[in-house]
Amino acid sequence: MKKTVCLLLTLALLLPVLAMADEVVNVFNWEDYIDESMLALFEEETGIKVNYMRFTDNEEMVISVESNPGAFDVVFPSEYMVERLMNKGLLSEINYDNIPNFKNIRDDLLNPAYDANNAHSVPYMWGTLGILYNKNLVDEADVHTWNVLWNEKYAGQILMMDSLRDTMAVALLLTTGDKSSVNSTDFTQLSAAAELLKQQKSAGLVKAYGLDEFKDKMVAGEGALAMVYSGDAEYAIELNEDLAYVVPDEGSNIWVDCAVIPASARNKENAEKFIDFLCRADVAAANVEEIGYCSPNKAAIELLGEDYQESSVMNPSDEVIARCEYYHDLDETWLNIYTTLYSEVLSTKVN
Amino acid sequence: MKRVFKRIYLALILIFLYVPILVLIVQSFNAGKSRAKWEGFSFHWYQELVSNASIMNALWVTVSVAIIATIVATILGTLAAIGIYSMKKRPQAVMMTITNLPNTMPDIVTGVSLMLLYIFAKVERGYFTMVLAHITFDVPYVVLSVLPKLKQMNTHIYEAALDLGATPAYALTHVIIPECKQGIVTGALLAFTLSLDDFTISYFTTSPLVQNLSTLIYSATKLGISPVYYALSSLMFVVLLVLLLIVNHRTGDNKG
Amino acid sequence: MINNLQLPPWALWAMVLALIVFIAMVVISVRRNHGIKRSLFASPYILWMFIFTLLPCVLIAYYAFTDVNGHFTLDNFSSFWDSNYIMRENLRSVAGDEMAATVARGSVNVDTLVYSLWMALLCTVVSLILGYPAALFMADRKMKLGPTLVVLFIIPMWMNFLLRTIAWMSLLEDNGLINAFLERIGVGKVQLMYNQQAVLLGMVYNFLPFMVFPIYTSLSKMDPKLAEAAQDLGCNDMLTLLKVTMPLSLPGVISGITMVFMPSVTTFFIPRVLGGGNTRMFGDLIESTFKTAGNWNLGSALSLIMMVLILISLSILRKADPNGEGGGIV
Repeated sequence: MKKTVCLLLTLALLLPVLAMADEVVNVFNWEDYIDESMLALFEEETGIKVNYMRFTDNEEMVISVESNPGAFDVVFPSEYMVERLMNKGLLSEINYDNIPNFKNIRDDLLNPAYDANNAHSVPYMWGTLGILYNKNLVDEADVHTWNVLWNEKYAGQILMMDSLRDTMAVALLLTTGDKSSVNSTDFTQLSAAAELLKQQKSAGLVKAYGLDEFKDKMVAGEGALAMVYSGDAEYAIELNEDLAYVVPDEGSNIWVDCAVIPASARNKENAEKFIDFLCRADVAAANVEEIGYCSPNKAAIELLGEDYQESSVMNPSDEVIARCEYYHDLDETWLNIYTTLYSEVLSTKVN
Repeated sequence: MKRVFKRIYLALILIFLYVPILVLIVQSFNAGKSRAKWEGFSFHWYQELVSNASIMNALWVTVSVAIIATIVATILGTLAAIGIYSMKKRPQAVMMTITNLPNTMPDIVTGVSLMLLYIFAKVERGYFTMVLAHITFDVPYVVLSVLPKLKQMNTHIYEAALDLGATPAYALTHVIIPECKQGIVTGALLAFTLSLDDFTISYFTTSPLVQNLSTLIYSATKLGISPVYYALSSLMFVVLLVLLLIVNHRTGDNKG
Repeated sequence: MINNLQLPPWALWAMVLALIVFIAMVVISVRRNHGIKRSLFASPYILWMFIFTLLPCVLIAYYAFTDVNGHFTLDNFSSFWDSNYIMRENLRSVAGDEMAATVARGSVNVDTLVYSLWMALLCTVVSLILGYPAALFMADRKMKLGPTLVVLFIIPMWMNFLLRTIAWMSLLEDNGLINAFLERIGVGKVQLMYNQQAVLLGMVYNFLPFMVFPIYTSLSKMDPKLAEAAQDLGCNDMLTLLKVTMPLSLPGVISGITMVFMPSVTTFFIPRVLGGGNTRMFGDLIESTFKTAGNWNLGSALSLIMMVLILISLSILRKADPNGEGGGIV
C-alpha cells in the first residue's frame, strides 16, 4: 500500500516535468480558430510539440499574457491589441528570414497602421463585424441598419456581443453616424452610446449578452438577430440556409487577427516556424475551410477556388471595406472610461 | 397516507436532482450535435472523447492533482489534528478559528487571494501552484474530520499503551492513528471529491497552459459545449459510482 | 500593473522547501523518540495556513488599500461606492473639470452587491423551504430511508458542477426539452432561459444538498424520546414539530443557511450560463475585474468588502448557535 502511494506520488510529480522535456511551442489562440489536425501535421513535420491554449476575449488575453510571462510563444491578438501589446513592450520583433511564406500575404494588409512594416505581427485572419439574421424571422428590409437591433418587432430575440469595443462601436456608429467614431474619444458621444445600449437592454430587447456560443444558437433557431464576426456568420450559414449576414450601412469594424510573439517567449524560433507553417498555402486553406474565416493569404485563396471567392461574407466588396474602420488602441485613461461605461451597460437590468 | 406523501415528496426532490443528469447521459449517446433533436443512438462522442488530446490531458491533470493534494492534505491534516487535540484550551481555540477560516471564505476570494500570492511572489502559475492551492483548501476538511474521532477516543488507551512500555511514537502509530482511521478516511475522501470538483480556485491559480477538466469545460462553454463533454461526465459518473459500490462493499465485509 | 513591492522569485519555493524540511524533522524526531510535545505536530499545518491562507488574506488587504504603484490610497473603496469615480478623475485630465462634473455617481458596484445578496437570500429561502421537509422525512426513523437517501443526494454532486449547470441549458432552451413538451401539449414556447428565475433554479439545484445534509444530521442526532414525550404530554404532530423538533434542529438550519448563502452570493458561473448577461452578480463582477479589466487593486477591494460582509453575517448567525453545533457534511 505504502509503496503504491509513493509510486503514484512520484509519477504524478514527474509527469509534468517529463512533458516539458521536448521541443515545444506554446500557442495561445482564439477558441475554435484553427483546423486542429494542422497542429498534428506541424508536430509530425517538425517534431515540435504544440501546446495549444485558447481564449475568447481580447481583453482577457492581454491580461493573461501580462500575468503569465513565459507561458506563450505565439499569440493571436486583433489589430488594436497588437498596438496595446506593442505599447506595453510585450512583443518581440519577428525575424522574417525564418518566415519565407510571408510572401503569401495580401498586399493591401501589409504595412498596416497598427504595426509599421509588420515588424511584430503577421496577419492570420481578417473580416468584418456585422449582423447574422434569420430570414424567416426578420424582414430583410430592416437589416440594412444597426438600428434593427433596437427594433421592437424583434424584442427578446436579439443576441448582443459581450465585447467591449465591438458593442460600443455599434452604439457609437448609430449615435454619431460617423464611421470613425468607433475609436471615439469624445465623452459626450461615448455616454450617448452607452445610454443607447442601456436603453436597449432595459427595454427587454436583448435576449442575452455572450460570445462565440451564439453562432450555434443562431443555427438552432434560438434567436432572430445576432452581432457576429463574418467568419462565424459563414460557419452558421453553411449549417442553416435560413441565415444571412449583412454589414449595415452605417459602417462597421474591419479587423485583422495577427500572429505575434511575446517578448517573454521561451521558444522564439519554434514560434517563427509555427507562424511560417500557418502562412503556407495548403495550411492556410485548410484553416479557412475548417473555421470559415477569411484568410489574408493570396496563395490559399487561389487554392480554395471559386466557391470561396464568390462568397460575399468571406470577401467583403470594396464598397463594404470602404465603410469599415480599424479599431485603434486606447490609452489607459480612455480605456478606463470605455470599461466603466460598458460595465454599466452589462449591469443594467431588464425593467 | 402521511407516509405516502413523504415518499412522494422525497421522490420529487430526487427527480429534480437527477433529471439533468439523466438528460446529460442520454444526450451523450445522441448521434447528432444538437441538444434538441434525437438523431439516433451512437458511441460517436465516446470515440471522440478518447481521441481528444486536450480533454485527456485535462483529465490527467484533474486526477493527478486530486491524488497529490489528497495525500499531502491527509498527512498534514492528520498530524495537525493530533497536534491541535493535544493543545491547551486557548491555543486550541485559536487553531479552530484558523481552521474554520477557509470554510467561511468564498471560493472566489480564496482563488483570488492565492493568485495574488503567486503574482506577488513571482511564481509562474501552472500545475504546481494548482496543487498547492488544492492542498490548501483540502487540509481544513481533513482536520475537521479527524478531530472529532480523537475527541471520541478514550484517552486511557493511549496512557495504558505508555504504561505497558510503548514509546510515544509507537503509541502514536499503533494506538492513536488506528483509533481515528475512520476520520482519516472520511477526510481523505472528502478532500479527493472537493479537489476533483473544484472550479473557481483552480481557475485563478493556473495558467491557460495547465487546464483541469473544470477550467477546460468553462472555456468550452463560451463556445457552445460539445457533446464530448457529456460523454466525459457520464463516464466519470459511472466510474465514481462503481468506486463507491466497491468501497461500500469492502467496508461492509470488514464489519461482517 | 504588478506592484513594485515584491518578493524575490525564489521566496515561495524557499518557503515550501522549509516546510518540507520541517515536516521531515517532525517525523524524524517522532521516530527517534526525542519526546517532542505532540502539540508540535500541528506546526507544519500552522506554517502552511500562515503562508497559504493568512498571508493571501493580508495581500488582499494590501492590494485593496494601494494603487497600481503601491502607494496607499482609498480610491478603490471610493470606486466601490461610486463606480464612476476613476472615470471622473480620468475625464478631468483629458476633457476638463466641466465635463467631469457632468458624471453623476455610478451605482453599478453597490447595486450588483445588493442584487447578489437578494438573489442569495432568495436561493437560501427556497432551499430551506424545499430542503427542510426533505431532511425531516429522511430523518423519519420509521421509514428507515436516511442513509440511502444521503448517498442518493451525494451522487449528483459528483458530476462536475459546471456540467450539471449546462445540463439545465438543454432543458430550458427555446428548443429545449421542456419547451418541446409544452409545444406538444399545446401551451406553446415560453422563454425560460436568460432570466432571474433560471439563475435561481440553477443555484437552488446546485446548493440544495448543502441545506439538506446539516439539517438531516442535526435531526437524526436528536433524541426521539423528546418528540415522544411531547406527544405523551398531549402535543399533536404539528405542535411537536413546531415546539420540539424545529428548535432542536436550529443548529443544522443555521449551518445549512451558511453553506447555501455563501456560495450563492459569490457564484459567477451560474448567472453567466443561465442568465446570459442579464443577471450580473457580485462574483461575476470580481471575476471580470481581475480577468478582463486586470485591475487587481479594485478587484481586491471588492473581495475584501464581500469577505467582511460575509464574516459579519456569519457572526450574526453564530449568535443564534453559540455552541457551533451545526453539523456540516463532515
